[in-house]
Amino acid sequence: MKKIIILSVVFIALISFKHQGYHVGEIADDFKLKNVDGNMVSMADFKEAKGFVVIFTCNHCPFSKKYEDRIIALDKKYKNKGFPVIAVNPNDAVTYPDDNFENMQKRAKEKKFSFPYLHDETQSVARTWGPTRTPEVFVVQKEGNDFILKYTGAIDDNSDDAKAVKERYVENALDALLAGKPIENTFTKTVGCGIKWKK
Amino acid sequence: MAKIFVLILSAFLIVQKVEIVPLAQLQNRVVQNNDTLYVVNFWATWCKPCVEEIPYFEEVQRQFERQKVKVMLVSLNSLKELNSVQKFVTQKNIQSETLILQAGNPNIWLNQIDSTWSGAIPATVFYKNGKKVFFTEGELNDYQLDSLISLHKFNRL
Repeated sequence: MKKIIILSVVFIALISFKHQGYHVGEIADDFKLKNVDGNMVSMADFKEAKGFVVIFTCNHCPFSKKYEDRIIALDKKYKNKGFPVIAVNPNDAVTYPDDNFENMQKRAKEKKFSFPYLHDETQSVARTWGPTRTPEVFVVQKEGNDFILKYTGAIDDNSDDAKAVKERYVENALDALLAGKPIENTFTKTVGCGIKWKK
Repeated sequence: MAKIFVLILSAFLIVQKVEIVPLAQLQNRVVQNNDTLYVVNFWATWCKPCVEEIPYFEEVQRQFERQKVKVMLVSLNSLKELNSVQKFVTQKNIQSETLILQAGNPNIWLNQIDSTWSGAIPATVFYKNGKKVFFTEGELNDYQLDSLISLHKFNRL
């Protein structure tokens, strides 16, 4: 009997790992989170934007680090075209002090982030949007007052070596949106660090 | 008597040699028509929750070695990090077979392991009789792992 109880607990725990959050085509909720400069930031603040490249990332994860320069390059390339980057750190800073607000400020300064780097302290945005790992991208496009999810997944197909990238998934998605064409891959997968949920 | 000493000594001295293994080769190793339960854990040296659960997998390997349970620790470290993975295995005296996966574009190969896998690690998959019998993304504790082994290897709750 005890084993059955344990096993039920196991399965309930395992079911809860299943992907939740937004799927492509759904409306994404706006958020209001503290930026590294101390100001609160929402998507609605960017009146001119056509959409956003929302990237759940963090300080400590080696994959996030490998992508930092590529995230900066994405912002540089697409901000002027109407799709700025907004980075969101969803990790629990208690178990991962590297990911606390002070260290986010430090990292943003060191790397001269040209985009907001927001602290999802309560993890409510991550819970709603549904990233499972860092870095994970959500490209949304503004339609009226709504933000519609158009792409979710990896930045490109090679985390190890930026020079060896063959498929630039986020750039392809943004280029398609800007050209008014359908996005070829609206959902991709990559290896990353699991989000560090609060215990 | 001397023999026993040598055996005990060698148990401490055997260091797993970490190899780089392509995905197809890994699949050939674990998808076999026998009743061995292959317990494949995807991890990386930089992944804290992964490193924390490795002792549970080591315990499974130790405890069920003679009952046809085979643990494989598949590192998703970069191929360039072979040395640091080897160092980790040597320092922690990891006894389970450890390898680094060479697999190319994750958007393709992650689905070949499991369509529900987002790519977050740790992740664990069981194979038996040529079939995948279990997959999970996320950490397992010792109780969970124990119950899952009982269920899938011995059909016991």
